[in-house]
Amino acid sequence: MAAINITVNGKMQVLDIDPTTPVLWVLRDHLDLVGTKFGCGMAMCGACTIHIDGVATRSCVLPVSEVADKSITTIEGLSEKGDHPVQKAWLEHDVPQCGYCQAGQVMNAASLLKDNPNPTDEEIETAMSGNICRCGTYVRIKAAIKTAANSSNQ
Amino acid sequence: MTIVKTTIGRRSFLKASALAGGGMILGFNWLMSACSKPEDVLALPKEWFELNGFLKIGDNGVVTIMSPNPEIGQNVKTSMPMIVAEELDVDWKRVIVEQAPLNTDIFTRQLAGGSQSIRQGWTSLRTAGATARQMLREAAAAAWQVPVNEITTEAGMLHHKASNKSAGFGEMASAAASVEIPKEVTLKDAKDFKIIGTPRTNVDGQKIVTGQPLFGLDYKQEGMLIAMIAHAPGFGLKLKSMDGAEAKSMPGIKDVFTIKTYEDDYARQWSDVSAFPELVVVVGNTTWEVMKARKALKLEWEPFGDHNESYSTFQGGSEDKKVPGGLENSNKHTQLMASLAAQKGKVVRKDGDPDAAFKKAAKVIERSYTAPFLAHNTMEPMNFFADVTTDKAVLVGPVQTPEFMEKSASARLGLPLEKIDIQMTRMGGGFGRRLYGHFLVEAAVISQKMQAPVKLIYSREDDMTFGTYRPAYHAMYRAALDENNNLIAFHVRAGGIPESPLFANRFPAGSVTNYLAEEWSQESNITVGAFRAPRSNFIAGAEQAFLDEVAETAGKDPIDFRLELLERAKSNPVGEKNDYEPDRYAGVLELVREKSNWGQETPGVYRGVSAYFCHNSYVAHVVDLMMENGKPRVEKVHCAVDCGIVVNPIAATNLIEGGSVDGIGHSMFSNITFKDGVPDQSNFDKYRLIRHREAPKSIEVHFVKNDIDPTGLGEPPFPPVVGALANALYKSNGKRFYSQPFIKDIETSSMRM
Ligand code: FES
Ligand code: FES
Repeated sequence: MAAINITVNGKMQVLDIDPTTPVLWVLRDHLDLVGTKFGCGMAMCGACTIHIDGVATRSCVLPVSEVADKSITTIEGLSEKGDHPVQKAWLEHDVPQCGYCQAGQVMNAASLLKDNPNPTDEEIETAMSGNICRCGTYVRIKAAIKTAANSSNQ
Repeated sequence: MTIVKTTIGRRSFLKASALAGGGMILGFNWLMSACSKPEDVLALPKEWFELNGFLKIGDNGVVTIMSPNPEIGQNVKTSMPMIVAEELDVDWKRVIVEQAPLNTDIFTRQLAGGSQSIRQGWTSLRTAGATARQMLREAAAAAWQVPVNEITTEAGMLHHKASNKSAGFGEMASAAASVEIPKEVTLKDAKDFKIIGTPRTNVDGQKIVTGQPLFGLDYKQEGMLIAMIAHAPGFGLKLKSMDGAEAKSMPGIKDVFTIKTYEDDYARQWSDVSAFPELVVVVGNTTWEVMKARKALKLEWEPFGDHNESYSTFQGGSEDKKVPGGLENSNKHTQLMASLAAQKGKVVRKDGDPDAAFKKAAKVIERSYTAPFLAHNTMEPMNFFADVTTDKAVLVGPVQTPEFMEKSASARLGLPLEKIDIQMTRMGGGFGRRLYGHFLVEAAVISQKMQAPVKLIYSREDDMTFGTYRPAYHAMYRAALDENNNLIAFHVRAGGIPESPLFANRFPAGSVTNYLAEEWSQESNITVGAFRAPRSNFIAGAEQAFLDEVAETAGKDPIDFRLELLERAKSNPVGEKNDYEPDRYAGVLELVREKSNWGQETPGVYRGVSAYFCHNSYVAHVVDLMMENGKPRVEKVHCAVDCGIVVNPIAATNLIEGGSVDGIGHSMFSNITFKDGVPDQSNFDKYRLIRHREAPKSIEVHFVKNDIDPTGLGEPPFPPVVGALANALYKSNGKRFYSQPFIKDIETSSMRM
């Protein structure tokens, strides 16, 4: 056990925790933030994507000790009112089927657009290929990312 | 105008009763309306009036509609309430949707499977809405002292034109609740639909994109412990010894023990399939602590021999099913299937004299197709919450068969059925996997032992290696053409480990004078279960690829060739049990031909076509491939669908897109293989699921427009796309693909640039 300071969605938290605990389980079990999903536990599916200092990161293989004093954003904190351009575009295109992968998709897409506000189709496909959607909503995800890109660029 | 008797459904209606506010269990965030936008949050009514088990109306006109069936991503939580709302004649903006609990007194068939929710719910959902509407009209007629047939409704309002009186549903809800349930009600004509047939976005959309707790894995309760299991690493193995001392001494760990999912003398239901009925369990405070402790377990496994498992029969008895011992290997499976396919199978259907026809044929074509075991791999791994006390069990989580699993839990816990309370959460995918609810029983047994609320979580590895796979399949086809290239005989011999994929009465049965369908199967200890479009998910692709090759040999366009056969099935059908309507089948082929501009050649685009009928719906695909860096990539999928009335076009289109991606993905990339009973793939590093850069670049969906009662869409879009893909792959490199996953042959063959 060790005391670790982390900042999640703007709130500083002090945890007394096994420092090897992946951030995913810190969020889900210790901080009651269950929007970040468990899919594979080996950085192969993207369901657990969060932002560390603004960069999309897989939280399932990231020990909490490595994020001490860093700023974490989860799906719950992506926007205050759930109206981030990516979230709005997701609703407009009615992207989700089961919805389980979508928090990770949204977080990954938001990070992509921050780096690259006008991605080409190919750039979208490459940037999003670490996020599996078992329901196969890929075509809609791509369309929603383009809508979000347009609305952010206006 | 359709008049339906409500008496059929009467048993299923709650006695109409006024219900004071707060009397219902309210879900979190339930005040969000169906529109799911924050500004549309509805005001809370002071009182609710429950007109029947499907709906209640607030005194302010807000309507809560219960969604009876499990939601696995097929969007029934939006579409089923839309059907109720249509007949009730309410404004969709004023509707709140709630997931109904398991209640077999009110609802029928609370199951997600077989693409049947909408088809089988259609009449009862409409009747529920129409009944409530009729009760509101009667209440208004009594209040205004006018004949009931002069009362009209529109968007949640009651009107009497002659006296110029109007009232909202909310104002009449109290009086309506004491009106006697009408014996029969009139349903709307399809042309008058205002909600059905219009695009309505997912009622949970906002919650999904903001990460709110919706799924089983998200469920929490004060004092809840976390449990994980260890099952035998391979099929044919059982526990020999367990040393959990070290694991038990680790931080946060409460206990380590073994459980039996089912008692020895229990006759399992079909939904109780489990390859690993004895499990090692680790229980602790948090997931990570339990994961770590599980790695410290010292477990030894040993092979088991032949034995029997008892299953209950639909007649109420039980029968033994043999579980063969032995550690199986995929290369042996391949040899075994080839040798079984070379022998005669069990004849399931025979028309005419196939033997004679093949003897006199001008040309005979024979081809064999195979497909591997597949894991369902729902994105949300198996999990369940259980809080079992001495007198009741609360079970919360993702399961497609709550009606069945309630019985399993009751038998295992020794609690009467009415003490088992199953609550359904949104499911992170189903695809058939969650029809088999052993994990619900496991969670219950663990909770009972710990005397504490417990959430059982499977890791991806536990989930992927647990079985209930799609079986491995083989199909051998033969076709005979006469000197004029007419198809004079057709022969299919299909089998699998451990089940056959054959549908003997489907197309092209009925369209060929001489027809023979045989099947075989080979037992195995690898467990299997329904996988999105069971059997069809393989046999459609095999058959449609074969027909493509037969059409080519006959020198005919593949669509014309199929239409010719369908014309024969219509005008002069062979046999009587043909399981499809030739007109509707031809209809989707014609629509896809038109919409894809079939026949128009575009340089660099390679096309394949396919069509299939299963789960009551008809689907045709044209797949366009292009080469990208020397590899085939699906540029576009054209899809034509006949599922009768389309309840919610945006959700239906999404489901068809998803099914098409799923079919392409699995036939192209996925497999589970075995070495000495142990799966070679246990996570997404080795098990390949289709990803963004491999998915079709675009998908166009077209519906055949008609007023036929709706049929399902969860499964039908998957099977045919496999054939269209195989046929397009052939065009792209001149080589036919017979064995799935196709990627193996693609990688070894030199593709045309
Ligand atoms: S759970 Fe982290 S990438 Fe899959
Ligand atoms: S929506 Fe189900 S996994 Fe993506």
